[in-house]
Amino acid sequence: MQRVGVFVCWCGSNIAGTVDVEAVSEALKSEPGVVFSTNYQYMCSQAGQDMIKEAVKEHNLTGIVVCSCSPRMHEATFRKTAAAAGLNPYMVEIANIREQCSWVHKDMLTGTEKAIILGKAAIAKVNLNTPLTPGESPVTKRALVIGGGIAGIQTALDIADAGFPVDIVEKKPTIGGKMAQLDKTFPTLDCAACILTPKMVDVAQNEKIRIFSYSEVSEIKGFVGNFDVTIKKNARFVKEDVCTGCGACVDKCPMKKIPNEFNLGMDNRKAIYIPFAQAVPKVATIDPNACNMLKNGKCGLCAKVCTAGAIDYTQKDEYIEEKYGAIVVATGFNPISMDKFDEFAYNQSKDVITSLEFERLTNAAGPTAGKLLRPSDGKHPHTIVFVQCVGSRCDACAEKGKEYCSKICCMYTAKHAMLTRDKYPDTEVYVFYIDVRTPGKNFDEFYRRAVEEYGVKYIKGMVGKVTPEGDVLKVQASDLIANKQLHIDADLVVLAAAIEPDKSARPLATMLTASMDTNDFFTEAHPKLRPVESPTAGVFLSGACQGPKDIPETVSQAGAAASKVIGLLAKDKLTGNPCVAHSNELMCNGCSSCERVCPYGAITYSDKEFRMPDRTTKIRRVASVNPAVCQGCGACTVACPSGAMDLNGFANSQIMAEVDAICK
Amino acid sequence: MQKITREQLIEKAVALLADGTVSCVLGWSKGEFDYDVTPAIFNNEEELKANFVFNDFCGVNFSKYLVAKTQKCEGKILVFLKPCDTYSFNQLLTEHRFDREKVYAVGIPCEGMADVAKVKTICGDGIASINFDGENLAVTTLYEDAPVMISTNDVLAERCVNCKSKKHVAYDELIGDEGEVIESNRFDEVEKLEAMTPDERFAFWQNELSRCIRCNACRDACPACTCEKCVFDNPNSGVENKSPANSFEEKMFHIIRAFHVAGRCTDCGECSRVCPQNIPLHLLNRKFIKDMNEFYGEYQAGAEVGSRAPLVDYTTEDLEPGEVFNRGDMNA
Repeated sequence: MQRVGVFVCWCGSNIAGTVDVEAVSEALKSEPGVVFSTNYQYMCSQAGQDMIKEAVKEHNLTGIVVCSCSPRMHEATFRKTAAAAGLNPYMVEIANIREQCSWVHKDMLTGTEKAIILGKAAIAKVNLNTPLTPGESPVTKRALVIGGGIAGIQTALDIADAGFPVDIVEKKPTIGGKMAQLDKTFPTLDCAACILTPKMVDVAQNEKIRIFSYSEVSEIKGFVGNFDVTIKKNARFVKEDVCTGCGACVDKCPMKKIPNEFNLGMDNRKAIYIPFAQAVPKVATIDPNACNMLKNGKCGLCAKVCTAGAIDYTQKDEYIEEKYGAIVVATGFNPISMDKFDEFAYNQSKDVITSLEFERLTNAAGPTAGKLLRPSDGKHPHTIVFVQCVGSRCDACAEKGKEYCSKICCMYTAKHAMLTRDKYPDTEVYVFYIDVRTPGKNFDEFYRRAVEEYGVKYIKGMVGKVTPEGDVLKVQASDLIANKQLHIDADLVVLAAAIEPDKSARPLATMLTASMDTNDFFTEAHPKLRPVESPTAGVFLSGACQGPKDIPETVSQAGAAASKVIGLLAKDKLTGNPCVAHSNELMCNGCSSCERVCPYGAITYSDKEFRMPDRTTKIRRVASVNPAVCQGCGACTVACPSGAMDLNGFANSQIMAEVDAICK
Repeated sequence: MQKITREQLIEKAVALLADGTVSCVLGWSKGEFDYDVTPAIFNNEEELKANFVFNDFCGVNFSKYLVAKTQKCEGKILVFLKPCDTYSFNQLLTEHRFDREKVYAVGIPCEGMADVAKVKTICGDGIASINFDGENLAVTTLYEDAPVMISTNDVLAERCVNCKSKKHVAYDELIGDEGEVIESNRFDEVEKLEAMTPDERFAFWQNELSRCIRCNACRDACPACTCEKCVFDNPNSGVENKSPANSFEEKMFHIIRAFHVAGRCTDCGECSRVCPQNIPLHLLNRKFIKDMNEFYGEYQAGAEVGSRAPLVDYTTEDLEPGEVFNRGDMNA
């Protein structure tokens, strides 16, 4: 029989406000196995932990139940306390009476009743706990960064700087991401290319960094410290190590009418192309859907003009297998599609554009060489209307758009408006907004400059409808402060489209078994205290894949993710989780159900000889679990028909005891 | 009325024993009553000629017996498999429950087997003997002088009325013609249950399952129930040998069993065949099969060896759990 001590935490008023902690500790005193029960204001504080240690000594406790916050918060804390008091750390159980009780109840009576029930369940479980000892596993000292935008670049540079090899997988032919498409950056207005391209070059020249461009992650197995990743290197039909990036092939290619993705389709590229001048790697890529040679074997001009002999029409997709200790997700974002926003006439008029398209129109390397010209007729626009929150901050029940704030639009719209007024003072610039949100260093000053020094007309209200009429865009909007309807004849309308996570993130999350929120942003291990770690061990988050972010925030998060990776890779061995599955060979049928549901490939089978009760020998196929690979998810214990699979620390008998205690 | 005869099967068995292909035969033996056919191992021609039977009561699915018998028998074992038995045969192979190399499977056609409960509803209790007379059964009872003539078609077991397949999905050799997978109406009864209100459905199952005497026959006959140690026999499971607190508590046994065999049940119908209380246990399993078909696409357990049942498989097209929940809500 265990000697259990119960420690009920007030968590200040967090718990004590809705739960009668005195009543809880009193009620749990009479539970089976309980020899000591008390309550205290902050159990996690030094004084609280000392109280636990003293009680262990004084009452010879063999098990501890802490009724407090979520085990995700302080289970590790109390396990350390138990270890310091000479107990096995896995003899501690947490009853979550904060998140699952006091925070969701308003009434003291119901809150207290539920807290007592949760405490009883934890006591029933700890009575069946056994001491557990974790194993160790080695760490592969190499990191994988998925996505080669500014987030991925910064993370890779920082990890490489600490001396660990890093691979970047980028699905586009070049790294650089969205930042490479931007013109100037707020709030300092330095040019994006000037600050990004040197970093891209650093990546290319860093001996510790390998770039897999035009590649995707196709399979991920394993676990923290020991991921086995298969990278699919798409055929670009150009030998990467031979191509010099001279561009002769691009000049000669006869296929000229392919929409240029880099300029968002506002001009054309060739079938063989280098996305932009500073691309890294600076290697041509053949678009197999556009190339005549690949489609019907006629042409071959690029191969003829390539003096390096880099063109290879027979190149096949290549699969590379590599081991990694840590994986950083930096898959970034995209503006949402404007197809559902008919009211802004995006699909009807070429002169209704998104902000990212505006960015390309003002970029010196863009389709208009940096001159702000209307896409429809190439004329200089004199009246421009910027519309904010297009698809951001929508109703939860709305059929289109996102509920969240895209965060970066207020600032880039202020930037666009300011730069337009600066370069073309003869242009009227209107910005329609719901709120202007500019928290950030020097951000509000920046926005006020746009209004006060550059005379941008900020109007609180939304644009209701844009109607193309001749060569003007009739903008119908409301001014909420003046309380009147406005009618503006605009030459150009710029939509600040909401941003959403890249579509590749969802299947990647499935491969990583990393969790996502309903908007497909990756979730953090803790929103405040572990913002760059995924709840899946060994998986880290960098940049907009975790939530909308501007460049300064992305770069600081990228550095934070890198430091977490470095901390992991610096270790030679990782202490495992002892809560792993094990199979009772006497009960195992060898049916393979567990093997089929195991996401980690931790289960193998072998034929073993068994002595039967009638003294014969029987050879049976039985499962065994590799404890270094098992992550303790418990899928096998559910799939096992005979109950031969069980989980240390979460045994079927323990779960049943908890359920019984709750239902009693 | 079966198309093949006892003599044909004995001839085949004797030949295979003689040329050394097999060392023993798993077949049907005469039981205490004519309708009470029992599985047995035959080692030679004499045993076969003395006790081997084949008639309209040979419903036993032999697949499950292979798990134990292949471990005991030296050399290969000859087994006669009706089409529906072959699905269980494959399912057990998928689960690695016996060694395929130790079995010689002879597929035999099946015209549907008789249900003695239905026979008794016609002729009453006290069956003394049954003679197989062409299309009919000549049933002599203790209480009537003349035998009662019953057409076999009138007393077909439910699983045979709703036969899902006359095709053998596994065999080494076939006797007679190969059949086809049949479009059966086997889910009609499940649909009737689904159409009920929750209260009606509860009443239906309460009426059926409160008759259960927990004889464990359904589990013992079920080819999916081959666990080395059944949870209901495991002293550590907390449910072993528990006496019911009320007449409806055995529902838990049946619900747990239905969950255990979900995705692995081939719908062979042995559970309902062996139930001494005539509880339509197959309906529980069929509800699971129907749901899985609708949620994850058509799946027939045992149709092929090594197939992954939807419940132990994952594809990105799988239904989100919320959808299942919503549907449950709709049904309620």
